[in-house]
Amino acid sequence: MNLIESLKYYLTFDFVRYAVIVGILVSLCAALLGVSLVLKRYSMIGDGLSHVAFGAMTVAAVLKTTEIYITLPVTIVAAVLLLRLGKNAKIKGDAAIAMISVGALALGYLIMNLFSTNANISGDVCTTLFGSTSILTLTKSDVYLCAGLAAVVILVYILFYNKLFAVTFDESFAAATGTKASVYNLLLAVVTAVVIVLAMDLVGALLISALIVFPALSSMRLFKSFRSVIISSAIMAVICSVTGILASVVFDTPVGSTIVVADIVVFALSCLAGVINGGIRKNA
Amino acid sequence: MALISCDNLSLAYESKTIVSELTFSVNKGDYLCIVGENGSGKSTLMRTLLGLKSPASGTLTFGDGLLKNEIGYLPQQTDVQRDFPASVKEVVISGCLARTGLRPFYGKAEKKLAQDAMEEMGITDLAKRSYRELSGGQQQRVLLARALCATRKLLILDEPVAGLDPKVTQDMYGVIDRLNKESGITIIMVSHDILQAVNYASHILHLSSKPLFFGKTEDYLKSGAGRMFTGIDFHEKGEGGK
Repeated sequence: MNLIESLKYYLTFDFVRYAVIVGILVSLCAALLGVSLVLKRYSMIGDGLSHVAFGAMTVAAVLKTTEIYITLPVTIVAAVLLLRLGKNAKIKGDAAIAMISVGALALGYLIMNLFSTNANISGDVCTTLFGSTSILTLTKSDVYLCAGLAAVVILVYILFYNKLFAVTFDESFAAATGTKASVYNLLLAVVTAVVIVLAMDLVGALLISALIVFPALSSMRLFKSFRSVIISSAIMAVICSVTGILASVVFDTPVGSTIVVADIVVFALSCLAGVINGGIRKNA
Repeated sequence: MALISCDNLSLAYESKTIVSELTFSVNKGDYLCIVGENGSGKSTLMRTLLGLKSPASGTLTFGDGLLKNEIGYLPQQTDVQRDFPASVKEVVISGCLARTGLRPFYGKAEKKLAQDAMEEMGITDLAKRSYRELSGGQQQRVLLARALCATRKLLILDEPVAGLDPKVTQDMYGVIDRLNKESGITIIMVSHDILQAVNYASHILHLSSKPLFFGKTEDYLKSGAGRMFTGIDFHEKGEGGK
């Protein structure tokens, strides 16, 4: 009872409600894309891009502009570049990602050290990398911007659902029968960049990949058709985020890592359920 | 007018020419088998025919009302597909994608087409099963059904029996033969298996940096290349049997 009372109490605050709304939207988008990214073996691109977004954010901090004006275009350009490099034989995909991601991370930290006006640099870095409290300081306009971008992402995903499926399952076949596979790959990269920039405030740069891969991997343990995997990862992602955010408010833990822990728990349960389910099927 | 004609085509892989002086044509109803050793350019030729790659020189023309995107394709299985969560129905209907154009979803016509293709391949009862749980032969039937959704004019098959056991291999050849003879679908098949190729195909294209042979299957058997290659295969088979 006490827990529910205190949750009710916290939910009367605007900042908690904003955090929950943004959390739901961002994790929903991340989960939708996550299924395609995991299946296309692009999970590491999400990780690399989040580091690029971190680098871009430090530049924005130095220039004292609104973060998103710098982080969004830079991350989109990096996403397009990574996809192009993935096709280039000279630098293999995973090496290109490692290069770009660690490069951006190092540059970001260097810029922060050189130009930061704040005395507490390690605190700043920690906040950007692990999200900590920025989600609880969202303003109304932040929420509107996030909701707008999330709506676009979800709409694009629904409208291009069949095309994304075809391109994910078998790119050569799709291209040979007249679907512009490279255009949809590009679309996927751009949308991924948008989601990553959105998710930075929620879980921080380092933990974004968790939002992308966990719901998809958990759902793939349990479901067998593409549509059910998509729907289930959307639901799992939302449940984990809301649980994570509320738990972090009540127990005073960092938001990002609490959400990720919720995702890990669900993944473990899904694995277990998958094993039990598989066992029953084999015996039957 | 031929469906596909290649005139003095050269193909390159990473700016290294692998096949040159390639001249051949495929007519409606043909069953062409492209044979040759690894690295002889079979796959590159196939990717060129599919429009995934452009030729280094020479011309490739489509005729007889064949549009570039009216070529069905049975690719080799990829890593991605092995653990891909997708139902058979979802995979088959994805072959209809080019028909939807700008429409975001499949309509009644596409669903009917997918249903018919599944019936033709005898996989209707698998519709709700997961693609990754099927046997190799069943998976190939699913991918064939998908290709049939895309076109009924021309199918390009890339090593369709690779990794299948002997009985399933025979089934698969039977299915392909039926599509060619009964449904009148033109077939281009890339294969390692010369002995089976001469059994079923109406035409053979034998590649080895330069095309060694192009023509009717019965002429291939009489030609130098044909006698040598099928002969060697017979010989090896005999040795293996001892």
